[in-house]
Amino acid sequence: MSENETVVNITVNGKPVQAEPGEWVIAAAERAGVYIPHFCYHPRMNSVGMCRMCIVDIDTGRGPALQPSCMVAVSEGMVVDTTSEQTRKAQDGVLEFLLLNHPLDCPVCDKGGECPLQDQTMAYGPGESRFVEEKRHFEKPIPVNDFVYLDRERCILCDRCTRFADEVAGDPLITFQDRGDQTQVNTFPELPFSSYFSGNTVQICPVGALTAVPYRFKARPWDLTEVESTYPNPMGDRVVVQASRDQVLRYQGVDSDAVNWGWLTDKDRFSFEATASELRLQTPLIRGTPLGRPDPGGSELVETTWRQALTQAADAIKAAVADKGPQSVAVLGGARLTNEDQYTWARLAKAVIGTDNVDAQLDDGLPADAVLGLPRATINRACTPGGTVILLAPDPKEEQGTLYLRLRHAVVNDGVQLIEITPRATGLSHLAAHGLHHRPGEAAAVAAALVGGDIDSGPDGDIGGVPSADVAAAAAALADRADQPITVILGRPSLAESADFTLDAVAELARFANLLNAGGRPGIAFLPALHRGNVLGALDMGLAPGLLPGRTTLADGGRSLAESWGSVPSAPGAGTRDILKAAAEGRIDVLILLGADPLGDFPNSEQAEEALSQVGTIIASDLFLNPSAGRAHVVFPAAGFAERRGTHTNLEGRVTVQRQIITPPGTARADWAIATELARQLGADFGLGSPEEVWEEIAAVAPSHRGLSIEAIDASDDGVVVADSSIAFTPPESSASAPPTDAYSLRLVSARRMYDRGTLVQHTGSLAGLAPAAVLSVNPYDFSRVGVETGTDVKVISNVGEMDMPVVADPGVPRGTAAFGYNHPDLDVRDLVDPNAAVTDLRIQTR
Amino acid sequence: MARLNANNLTVAQEILSRYPVPRSALIPLLHLAQEQDGYVAEDAMAHIAELVGVTPAEVMGTCSFYEMLKREPVGQYMVNICNGISCHLLGSSDLIHHAEATLGVRPGGTTDDGKITLEAVECIAACTEAPCLQVNYRYRNQVTADDFDQLVDDLRAGTAGVAPHGQLAKVRQHIGDDRRAGVSPPDGQGEPAWMARNPSDNGDGS
Repeated sequence: MSENETVVNITVNGKPVQAEPGEWVIAAAERAGVYIPHFCYHPRMNSVGMCRMCIVDIDTGRGPALQPSCMVAVSEGMVVDTTSEQTRKAQDGVLEFLLLNHPLDCPVCDKGGECPLQDQTMAYGPGESRFVEEKRHFEKPIPVNDFVYLDRERCILCDRCTRFADEVAGDPLITFQDRGDQTQVNTFPELPFSSYFSGNTVQICPVGALTAVPYRFKARPWDLTEVESTYPNPMGDRVVVQASRDQVLRYQGVDSDAVNWGWLTDKDRFSFEATASELRLQTPLIRGTPLGRPDPGGSELVETTWRQALTQAADAIKAAVADKGPQSVAVLGGARLTNEDQYTWARLAKAVIGTDNVDAQLDDGLPADAVLGLPRATINRACTPGGTVILLAPDPKEEQGTLYLRLRHAVVNDGVQLIEITPRATGLSHLAAHGLHHRPGEAAAVAAALVGGDIDSGPDGDIGGVPSADVAAAAAALADRADQPITVILGRPSLAESADFTLDAVAELARFANLLNAGGRPGIAFLPALHRGNVLGALDMGLAPGLLPGRTTLADGGRSLAESWGSVPSAPGAGTRDILKAAAEGRIDVLILLGADPLGDFPNSEQAEEALSQVGTIIASDLFLNPSAGRAHVVFPAAGFAERRGTHTNLEGRVTVQRQIITPPGTARADWAIATELARQLGADFGLGSPEEVWEEIAAVAPSHRGLSIEAIDASDDGVVVADSSIAFTPPESSASAPPTDAYSLRLVSARRMYDRGTLVQHTGSLAGLAPAAVLSVNPYDFSRVGVETGTDVKVISNVGEMDMPVVADPGVPRGTAAFGYNHPDLDVRDLVDPNAAVTDLRIQTR
Repeated sequence: MARLNANNLTVAQEILSRYPVPRSALIPLLHLAQEQDGYVAEDAMAHIAELVGVTPAEVMGTCSFYEMLKREPVGQYMVNICNGISCHLLGSSDLIHHAEATLGVRPGGTTDDGKITLEAVECIAACTEAPCLQVNYRYRNQVTADDFDQLVDDLRAGTAGVAPHGQLAKVRQHIGDDRRAGVSPPDGQGEPAWMARNPSDNGDGS
């Protein structure tokens, strides 16, 4: 052994290489620039030595011998030769074997041109085969799910897809079946590979055995152009966007060590179809007559010019400001835009119009101070071996798919202990060290007991519905590892209860964080898991009431920003809930919607409806005519992902670049340009001509981003994490309390599912049909009390509404609780939820 | 022909209790399913998946790996005639032809009465007794055509003394409650109770 335990010295092709202890030979060689051909080896999965392609001469002092380099760890003094005659002959032989049964249908295979088997046969393989017998035959592609076709004839049995399904996604629904020369990958009959992550198997398949339905026969790899970019989801997954003839055809995950490790969810991967949707907005629209003539009171939206649309929007804003003051203008949304877009809109709203009634979240997230005012974690910190993750958020598997994969890996492989404080079981519950599934609205009591160590159980020997012994065990486990990093994943676990409950729980954890972090330990940090693409960027760029770009408040940063901007609002404005309330009362004259759909998304649909019908002028900037944009008086067509340049901020505060590869449809423009033009109409010249210039201004005026150049962001593969924040978390003054439960009702939990009625999913052909049907899930104990067959329609009654839906038993739902998806396409849970009540109680009536 | 029946479910629970990790019971439970139906039905695989906590696809992966686990209905008696080299030299091909003519099926087929499935198999490791065959994995040695006819008659009459396909033993083994491992998670599990039964046994054979 070497004296220095951290380095193992080996020789690869005569060149000295310093490897890490325990590193596989193939990985060490690759880092040293020596590529060893392989099919089954994948750096993010366990080695299995399945394909034998990576066998090379390895000499550990007993003479060179052929060994699979993906299964042999480096050792001191090891000599590796990847170019020896023996190695070459072995590679040649392995390829001849792999090609025995592989069909020669490369001309009609999607993988042709980017196929490792093709490439390596060219580089290392035999020119011809001695195999004259019949190859094995299977039915040509069979669907394993809605996205993925499996061609078993092409499969070389590398075990990558099956390992991915088992090890990474945790959905082992495809396996090797049969044996010997009949071995094949397949699903269980009639049980598809229904994983949220199935598209990754297509990306890692080293042959054309797995192909993606949305990409099948669409392009040849050599026809594609590509750019590296950031997918606009809160994780900021790194992707390669590939396009041909000005059309996006594929997203591939990029292995970013800090973020997504190369994985993508199916929802994100296949959402490229929406960019080319026929329903994309192409030209500005204004109100007009059915015959297409402009008419401010018209019943239709008619096409118009940018000049006309901008003038009309500016006139409405001017009139509103002159009539009722700047506070009569409000801006909702913006979470789907780039940082540059958000900054420009924020400047327009706060400096030019002078209103602070700006909110990127539709009352379904958390206040900005809970996101920006707490110590911020990174994903890698959450995944630190031996650390603890406290999940106080909706199911990451449904909302942040790649975060789920990272956490799952950390819990399974790196000994991270997971403690859940959620109102129902999540996709990670079976891996959680402690699942504290509390009654809706009682998270704070559980959090207090967990970190306070004060296990004071209620009358039933429980805390918030969790047996106090469970909480005590979790508290002991947490205390046991208090010197390791603790990361809280923070979000809104249920939209059927007031956000105050979550904030109370956050307050408990934050208090503990202050105590713990003072002791020189890694302490507690928070990772905000909010909904909507660039919502973290929106908060950083000041698209929230009382906030200014650069994580500062009107009170703190207002004076210094006023020097650059000219002016800032004097007093904090209202959030979405109050904006819509004011609108319903006729106090908002102009409502600007930035990709926001309050009718579809705001938890109180009735109030959204009332608000939209009262507002004088609605201005929408959007990709699609969503229900709210359809009510607008002026609609600007906006450029979407891959159609504009900019930067994105993920849940860590990590800023990465997004690049453009196609032109926007019609005359659609990037939002920063729309905001700049509108400002010009209002008499303000921003002097901004490109997203880079916008970023320059952000780096000049936003305190947390000061001096951060676009070149610095671009230069790093993983972007730059912005850590500074001058915002402090303000704990709620008084804690909310949930009313006592009664024996007849079930308390509702409602959270989003991955496939929903959202704009993106519904405009992506491959995804639109996947949203699950609405069902009410209750604990088997409660289900037996209802006394119906599983899946029977029952009448569900709350104090504000009732609806019919099937009821099923689900052991993941605690007793006394009922769970119902927030965003089903068929049934709208908002019809049951009283938005002003702390919690929602339901009764079930059989018919 | 489906999921495990109530009786077998009790047996399955006992089998599960023998293993600290439930999925270790997968193959014994597949045998149990085969004993119940004569083959392993898809519904049974799904049921076993529930019992041991894996996906049906994983059960299928294991089940399809093993030749003795049949995934299609077979006859009450599997007659496997060896076609290995010793048996071949001593006339197993003739025996197989004779069997085909007698039973009216090709290897792999099942007689119309559902009694007998004929299979030609590779060496079954009884070369000294060639030509040999197995009936539900019980050996018959140095089999002649007459022996075969007699065997078929006995099987059809139910007098051959061979248990139906799927039944592995005449007496089911039971273990005492104190020897059950109990179901515990794979990591950090305690020792099964029986390990500590004999304090003098320190595990090194002494």
